Amino acid sequence: MDTEAIVNKLIVRFGSDTLGIDLLKGRRAIVSVRPTALTGIAGHLYRDEGYRFVIASALHTRKGFEIYYHFSLDPEGLVLSLHVVLDSEKPHIESLSNMFSASNWIEREMHELFGIDFLNHPNQEKLLSEGNWADDVYPYRKEFK
Amino acid sequence: MSKKTLIPIGPYHPLQEEPELFKLWCDGEIVRDIKWETGYNHRGIEKLSESKTYDQVFFLVERICGICSTSHPFAFANAVEEIAGIEVTDRAKYIRTIIGELERIHSHLLWVGLAGHFLGYNTVFMWAWKYREPLLDLFEMITGNRNSYAMFKVGGVRRDIEAEKIPVIRKEMAAVRKKIDLLTGAVMDDPVIHARTKGVGILTRQDVLDYAAVGPTARASGVAIDIRKDDPYAAYPLVNWKVITAEAGDVFAKAEVRLLEMYESAYIIEQCLDGLEKTSEEDITVKVKEIPEGAGTGRAEAPRGEVFHFVVSDGSNSPARHKIRAPSYVNIATFKKSCIGQTIADATISLAAVDPCYCCTERMAAAWDIRSGQKVLNANELIELSLKRTAEIRKTGAGHE
Repeated sequence: MDTEAIVNKLIVRFGSDTLGIDLLKGRRAIVSVRPTALTGIAGHLYRDEGYRFVIASALHTRKGFEIYYHFSLDPEGLVLSLHVVLDSEKPHIESLSNMFSASNWIEREMHELFGIDFLNHPNQEKLLSEGNWADDVYPYRKEFK
Repeated sequence: MSKKTLIPIGPYHPLQEEPELFKLWCDGEIVRDIKWETGYNHRGIEKLSESKTYDQVFFLVERICGICSTSHPFAFANAVEEIAGIEVTDRAKYIRTIIGELERIHSHLLWVGLAGHFLGYNTVFMWAWKYREPLLDLFEMITGNRNSYAMFKVGGVRRDIEAEKIPVIRKEMAAVRKKIDLLTGAVMDDPVIHARTKGVGILTRQDVLDYAAVGPTARASGVAIDIRKDDPYAAYPLVNWKVITAEAGDVFAKAEVRLLEMYESAYIIEQCLDGLEKTSEEDITVKVKEIPEGAGTGRAEAPRGEVFHFVVSDGSNSPARHKIRAPSYVNIATFKKSCIGQTIADATISLAAVDPCYCCTERMAAAWDIRSGQKVLNANELIELSLKRTAEIRKTGAGHE
């Protein structure tokens, strides 16, 4: 199935929870979704469609905190990234780690480096700098003028 | 409830000589809980990458791993070329693939040796590392470096493999096959190795899917994922080879997958050499103007599994965000499944079975005599020594007799 058809199937199923699509070159697509709908869509990808969670990338931009959750559909060679934008004041989103263990470490890392709160995470302690770094100081945050 | 004893492995691993700290809570000999502490040597490479130009980032990501030092530049090149829509020449694809596969053989040999070392079977350790040496000589002949080859750049490779080097590589591939035969025989038929690795550190198919493990760790549990097949890049779609899998998910299955993969790598390299003979020399790079705004995903199958690079470009000459996911990040996390309930002795080999790459190797710039405190060789003398040896290898060809 081509990338567009796979993405359209997702759009039809989740309708207004998706905010936009960006078909990149090759077998790559980014689907922007509402933060509240993330667990539902990710659960569908993992349980029903057989996607593998690869990793998540967080960014601090003028829009706020953005997270790309990268999923791989290995038989198709497709990388589908779910994109969410979080509020810059108190960034928070529901954790995926109760669904699969693969996101456990990266959510802890994003919490540590960007200060994003992952709600209902089984164990949201620091991953990299346990005991050696000040609380509430987030090294990957940027200062915008 | 009985009292548990904390047994630390680390902060510097006694065998792998890399910074990590595993805390094993044990009840007698049995591991009841396990925790990993990392960050002992956090280098901030993702952050550093944002302050480097695209050309410089290659040298940076090459230093993420000292063993599979080409897998990160490979994935980064794939990501940047995806953003800019660059198609590299066939010759560059073949050269990239040869470097990637040579690295897979030397990395798997290194693991087989270490696994032997973990089990107290030091003959395998000595053999495997001895057989790995001629491959490093090949790297020195092709690239000038034994590790961190500096071969990749946006749009191609930095050095060609000239016609006179092809027979040397072919000869070494024939030689390495015989050595893998020997190692495979020694590992597969040894009753002691069977006793120590069969049924030890089992990861089920469901564990692999839950933790999203990749590479030989996943393939040994019957999950046939391999980026080279699933999302083909470089010359992999142009050559014949098969994905090796096993079903048992134990340490033995992981060893089996790695040993058999080395044969496939040798086969891929030979086909790529055929390809080199059909393409014209010096056609190794395409002109790159600038990297436009956009996002790119680069994947490469490293010896340990999928390397994932996500690059966001804002149109400037350096990445706006560069996310790197090395395969060990997901593979090491599976220890919760493979180690709990095992004895301490089995837990150490189970931890090593995913071929963890904790950090990076260190490079030495000066040698000191411990007793006198005098500098024996300074940095320039070491470089001179190494250049002399490279020239020698280039003249006489690689390989130890």
